[in-house]
Amino acid sequence: MSFLNVFETYNWDEVKSSIYAKTARDVESALKAKQRTLEDFKALISPAALPYLEQMAQLSHALTQKRFGKTMQMYIPMYLSNECQNVCTYCGFSFTNKIPRRTLTEKEILTEINHIKALGYDNILLVSGEATKTVGTDYFKKAIELIRPYFSHIALEVQPLEKEEYAELASHGLNTVLVYQETYRKGDYKTYHPKGKKSNFDYRLETPDRLGQTDIHKIGLGILIGLEDWRADSFFTALHLDYLEKKYWKTKYSISFPRLRPHAGGQLPKLEMTDAELVQLICAYRLLNEEVELSLSTREPQHLRDNLIKLGITSISAGSKTNPGGYVVAPETLEQFEIDDARTPQQMAEVIKKQGYEPVWKDWDKAFTEMAEPHVN
Amino acid sequence: MLTIADKTFTSRLFTGTGKFSSSKLMRDALLQSGSELVTVALKRVNINSKEDDILHHLDHKQFNLLPNTSGARNAKEAVFAAELAREALETNWLKLEIHPDPKYLMPDAIETLLATEELVKKGFIVLPYIHADPVLCKRLEESGAAAVMPLGSPIGSNKGLKTIDFLQIIIEQSNVPVVIDAGIGAPSDAAKAMEIGADAVLVNTAIAVSENPVAMAKAFKMAVEAGRMAYEAKLAKPVHAEASSPLTAFLTNV
Repeated sequence: MSFLNVFETYNWDEVKSSIYAKTARDVESALKAKQRTLEDFKALISPAALPYLEQMAQLSHALTQKRFGKTMQMYIPMYLSNECQNVCTYCGFSFTNKIPRRTLTEKEILTEINHIKALGYDNILLVSGEATKTVGTDYFKKAIELIRPYFSHIALEVQPLEKEEYAELASHGLNTVLVYQETYRKGDYKTYHPKGKKSNFDYRLETPDRLGQTDIHKIGLGILIGLEDWRADSFFTALHLDYLEKKYWKTKYSISFPRLRPHAGGQLPKLEMTDAELVQLICAYRLLNEEVELSLSTREPQHLRDNLIKLGITSISAGSKTNPGGYVVAPETLEQFEIDDARTPQQMAEVIKKQGYEPVWKDWDKAFTEMAEPHVN
Repeated sequence: MLTIADKTFTSRLFTGTGKFSSSKLMRDALLQSGSELVTVALKRVNINSKEDDILHHLDHKQFNLLPNTSGARNAKEAVFAAELAREALETNWLKLEIHPDPKYLMPDAIETLLATEELVKKGFIVLPYIHADPVLCKRLEESGAAAVMPLGSPIGSNKGLKTIDFLQIIIEQSNVPVVIDAGIGAPSDAAKAMEIGADAVLVNTAIAVSENPVAMAKAFKMAVEAGRMAYEAKLAKPVHAEASSPLTAFLTNV
C-alpha cells in the first residue's frame, strides 16, 4: 500500500472538472469551515474563489502567524552538479542540452560552503541533476559529511533514491528531502520526461512513501507550475500531503510552488499562472493546512516576493545561484533556470525585518541527530 | 512566592521566546511581563556562540534560562540535547519537550516519562511538558520531576483551558508545582488557570503574535497576579437554587 493505490482511484479529468464546477457558495462554505477538507480546498483554488482573495489572504496571514509567529526561515540552495542523464523538456540541465557539465569536487564544495556560511546561512539545500554513476549516494554521503560541521540543517533535492539509501544519508546527517512530482497528470508526464530514470512516474510518486519509512525529518512536495493545469495538479499535491500526514505522522512536510522560468533550451509554460492565482494557491494551502511549511524561491520577482512574506510563506531563499560552483568556484557556468530576485541575503533579511518579521537562520540542532543510525521502519 | 527545586520566583508567569518579530522586541516584552523564567529552544540558538542574538537579548538579571528540547522525538534525543544545553548554557534546569508529531506537537507520554527518569538521575531539574493526564503527572512526580507542565490546549492554538477538568484533578493531587503550559490564548485564560490553583502558567504565542507584545506581556502579568490573588482570597462559591420538594423533611415530621 502506497500513495499509488490512492492516486489510482482518482481521475485527472474528473478532478479538474469538479474544481472548475465549484461555485461562490462552495467558496463561502469553505471560508467558514472550522476544519477544511479537500473539497473545501478545491473550492478555494477554483476560479470561483478569485473574488474572495482578500478574505483568503487575511485568514492565511492570521493562521500563519499563529503557528509560525512573526518569523521567516532562511535557506539557500547549493548546486553540486549539473550532470544529468534525464531528458526533461523544461530543464536547463536536460541531457540533450549541449552545455559544459560540472560536478563539484570535495575541495570545491568546501570553497562554496565557506562562502555560503559567511552569508549567514545555517540551512542549506543541496541540488543536483541525475547522474547516478558520478553523483550517486556515495557522492551525496561524502558531500553531507563535508557540509555537516558547518550547517545545522541539510536538505537534498536530487533524483529519487531507494529507502535504504535515504536511511543511510539520514544517519550521516541529512534532515530533509525535496522531491517534486512535477505533474500528477500521468498521461502527459512522459512527454515532459521522455528519457532517463525520471520517466518512471510511479517510482517518483512513491518516493515520499519510501522517505516516510526512514528517519528523514521533513519531506518537500510540489509541482512545476506551467506544465499542466495548476489547479488539478495542486489538488493532487494536497491529496498526497493528506495521505502522507496520516501515514507518516512523525514527518514534517513542506510545499513549494515553482513557476516555470526561462532557461537554456527553453520551453515556455504551456499554461500560465497569474500572480493573483499564485496568491490564491498559497492562501488555499494555508487554509487547508495550518501546519505545513510553505517555501518560496528566488524564481519569483522582487515585488511579488516582498508582498508574499505576509501571506502564508514560512521559508524563503535569497542570493541563490542555480549552477554548480555558482557562488565562487565557477560563477560563469550555466544556470538551471534564471533567478529573478537577485538581492543578497542581507538585503532580503532587511526587507523581512521591515515587514515586522524576524529572519530565522537557525531552527534545528545537530544534537537531535548526533547519535543516529541507519534505520528503516 | 513560588518555589521550584532550589529557586524562588516572585512572578508566576513563565514565558517563551519564539515567534517574536525581533529579539529586541522579545526582550522588551519579557522584561515587561516580569517573567523570571524564560524557556529557549536549543534548536533556535547557537549555544556555542556568545554573540547568539537570542541569548544575547536574554542576558539580564531578571531572566533565568529554561532550555527546552523542542525538536526531540524520543527520550534518547532529548537526553542528548539536554546534556548539550546544560553544558553550554550552564544550567541544569530543563523543560522536557518530546513531541514526535510535528503537526500538533503532541507530547509523547511514554518517552517523556523515560527521559524524566534518566535526566533526574543525571542531576537535572526537570519540568516535563505533557498532556493534562493526572496519572502521568503522578508518575512524573514519583520519578523526581521538579514540576509538571500539563497543556491547556495544543501548543500555539490560543484555545485556552480545554482540559480544565483534568487540570483541576492534577492540581488537587499534585505534590509538585503545576505549571499550565500551552494553549493559553488570552490574559483571561491565564487568570482562570491561576484561579483554579495552578502554581504558574507559561505563555508564548499569545504575547509574541499580538499586535503589541509589550502591552500584552503586561496584560498577562496583571492577569496572573489577579488570578493568583483571587485564588488565595478564595472565590465565593456560586449559590444554587433550593430543590422544591425537600428530601430530608421526614427527619423532623415525626
